[in-house]
Amino acid sequence: MPRLAVTRREFMRISAALGGGLLIGIQLDTRARADATDTATAAAADEMFAPNVWLTITPDDVVSIRVASSEMGQGVMTALPMLIAEELDADWDTVHAEFAPINPAYANPIFGRQQTGGSTAVRGYWRALREAGAVGREVLLTAAAQTWGVAVETCRAERGQVSHADSGRSLRYGALARRAAGLPVPESVFLKEPSQFTLLGRAIPRLDIPAKVDGSAGFGSDVKLPGLLTATVARCPVFGGKPGKVNDKRAKSVAGVRKVVAISSGIAVVADHFWAARQGREALDIDWAPGPAAKLDSAAITARLAELADTGTVGRNDGDAERALAAAGRRLEAVYEVPYLAHACMEPMNCTADVRTDRCDIWVPTQAQTRVHQTAMRLTGLPADKVQVHSTYLGGGFGRRGEQDFVIDAIEISRAVGAPVKVLWTREDDIQHDFYRPGTYNRLAAALDEQGMPLAWRHRIAGPSISQRDATARETSGSDFSATEGALNLPYTIPNILVSYARVNSAVPVGYWRSVASSQNAFITECFLDEVAAAGGKDPYELRRALLGEQPRLRAVLELAAAKAGWGSPAAAGRFRGIAVAESFRSYVAQVAEVSIGGGKPRVHRVVCAIDCGMTVNPDTIAAQMESAIVFGLTAALKGEISIADGRVVQSNFHDYPLLRLDECPDIEVYIVPSEADPGGVGEPGTPPIAPAVANAVFAATGKPVRRLPIRL
Amino acid sequence: MIRLQVNDQEHELTADPAMPLLWVLRDLLGLTGTKYGCGISLCGACTVLADGEPVRSCTTPLSEVSGKKITTIEGLSKDRSHPVQQAWIEEQVPQCGYCQSGQILSAVALLTRKPRPSDADVDEAMSDVLCRCGTYPRIRRAIRRAASIAEKDA
Repeated sequence: MPRLAVTRREFMRISAALGGGLLIGIQLDTRARADATDTATAAAADEMFAPNVWLTITPDDVVSIRVASSEMGQGVMTALPMLIAEELDADWDTVHAEFAPINPAYANPIFGRQQTGGSTAVRGYWRALREAGAVGREVLLTAAAQTWGVAVETCRAERGQVSHADSGRSLRYGALARRAAGLPVPESVFLKEPSQFTLLGRAIPRLDIPAKVDGSAGFGSDVKLPGLLTATVARCPVFGGKPGKVNDKRAKSVAGVRKVVAISSGIAVVADHFWAARQGREALDIDWAPGPAAKLDSAAITARLAELADTGTVGRNDGDAERALAAAGRRLEAVYEVPYLAHACMEPMNCTADVRTDRCDIWVPTQAQTRVHQTAMRLTGLPADKVQVHSTYLGGGFGRRGEQDFVIDAIEISRAVGAPVKVLWTREDDIQHDFYRPGTYNRLAAALDEQGMPLAWRHRIAGPSISQRDATARETSGSDFSATEGALNLPYTIPNILVSYARVNSAVPVGYWRSVASSQNAFITECFLDEVAAAGGKDPYELRRALLGEQPRLRAVLELAAAKAGWGSPAAAGRFRGIAVAESFRSYVAQVAEVSIGGGKPRVHRVVCAIDCGMTVNPDTIAAQMESAIVFGLTAALKGEISIADGRVVQSNFHDYPLLRLDECPDIEVYIVPSEADPGGVGEPGTPPIAPAVANAVFAATGKPVRRLPIRL
Repeated sequence: MIRLQVNDQEHELTADPAMPLLWVLRDLLGLTGTKYGCGISLCGACTVLADGEPVRSCTTPLSEVSGKKITTIEGLSKDRSHPVQQAWIEEQVPQCGYCQSGQILSAVALLTRKPRPSDADVDEAMSDVLCRCGTYPRIRRAIRRAASIAEKDA
């Protein structure tokens, strides 16, 4: 079925081609009414205008908008309501955002399920939400026209009210709610042209911020329930290990400890509060059976990657890179490595479950509501309608909170003790039992022609696959996006390009981490390109410009960032610039970092960032996400490293897994390219270019290429 | 029995004197605005004020704050009107928001001590409070703004 709502411009174009009337009779998928199982909803159903699952307007003039993506800091609680409110012509001051319940109607169209990740919230929902708002507006216009007995064409919707200019009458949406509730929803709607926008493109203050400055925002770890117990779990420090002999006598004697139970992830101590649970856990006496990973360490993992790096499956093969490399007069080779990284969300993993014989409720800061629902159904055997997933605010996500481990903990413990239980991980649990950003080993080679331009590019990747556990059959390893994104789509016009990937998994669990494979591959490709530039005697910016002829959007952000950063003019004494670009999640980003070296360490003073993410929803949120992604990427560039010894993670807390601090944070300037293109992602695309921009500045300062993260001079 | 004054309210507690203030606030008094981040005074998410001084509640035993006046984020103002809260809203500082109680109370302590802090003062007072979302540039701006709001109010 074709899409249902169109802009007037599209309509004119289609009508001209087909003789008009095209839209009549098309069903709107946004017509599905809000699910009436919600008791509050059901009670006031005839008073309330609910033209679809996304919005309700009540007689008190409150516009409630349901947000199906998880709010983990990226601003969806505001951006998604803005899309509806724009087409609804709502009065923004009356808009109230709330978390959507679990329901297939709320699935992100990109995933087909309720999930937040891959910078897909606006990209996935923007069309459906605008349609939902436009449907609401059309019905409210009709309701007003009927109230006044005038033609609907003579009515106008604006800022939460419908007015009739000829008679000077107007009615607030709230006053129209009851009549609108009884009207059919239209078969088709028009969407606004960008020139008609009053909200989109404006820096609207975020709806979630007031609750985040007074302590009232409810995170998962803040869930309160009558009779709620708190649990913490002792896990085997070695990956894949299990508890052997357990003596819980001392643990059970700790005041406040209620029970000690074995669950699939380890031994859970359940108590009246976290302090007792933690003390109880420390008092456990467990002989661990470490299993086959007991001797695993970082050196062995790297050695295996190096051994297998040339055995990968080819995912891209333009021209004949092998022949060009063999024939080249000038050839460049390098090995690039990146370590495993932890997500280190500020809120440690947690989940609250109340498992009963006939129902199960889960309160959880999750990026994956549908998966949580399925996990609970699988573990409890309850049908879909007996399992409720209640979303909370997330104290950071970055990919970590799409996992199910903490959910399984809570369900198993609640079931075992027959009471509602909140499981809370310690920071040590969080750092040592993550699903890590993969560490990878990369062999790069390039051939240069006589003018110093790259003739061939070969990138052989070896590392673990994230997606393999979800999609074994779907992809061959050569095109496994979870390992090759950012490398396979090398944007440069080079006649011979070969990219291969060898899947080499280890006992270390891997997972999706902000910007996924682009987080490492942009570093590897953009730094190696600077090596190519240096070998060919080219300026790094000019070489990129020359090679981006087929990538106008990437070239435009490159030029914008370079111009704003003063590329080509001398930097202040002792400062050096590095530049990098990356396309990820359908957005285009360039960054210039200004770096000095002091005390054997790089210091980043200034970052200039240019982004083209298509249509702008909220420019201040885009700026905030660029700042955020840059700081996140700087931690990885300058500090982040998870290492393995004796089958376990060496690091445990912020003393040995440090994060960037305020006094290390550069000045960040963000420039947004105006665009009417479909929206691209915003949460992640700012991360990939920062490590190479900084590393390239360090290369400029020292003359030595940076081939390993974190940067060590 | 340990006496504790939190946000101008008196409490008498029979808890373990070694129990960290963080868990007293969160699990015994239900004041969940104060957050657990690391448990070993490294991240600052649990920062509260004790007689106006910032303390890390995750490693401060209850016995140590007996008789002191504790201020948590819930007690900073009734209506988000504290200059630092106003500035935080105006500069749109929080993202995920989890660390922000600690950030705000650290900023309050700084501005009490130095109503017009230099950049170096801000660096010194705020660099031990970690933010994974990277709100640091906005925290810097918001502290400057809070200082000028407070000056106008004075």
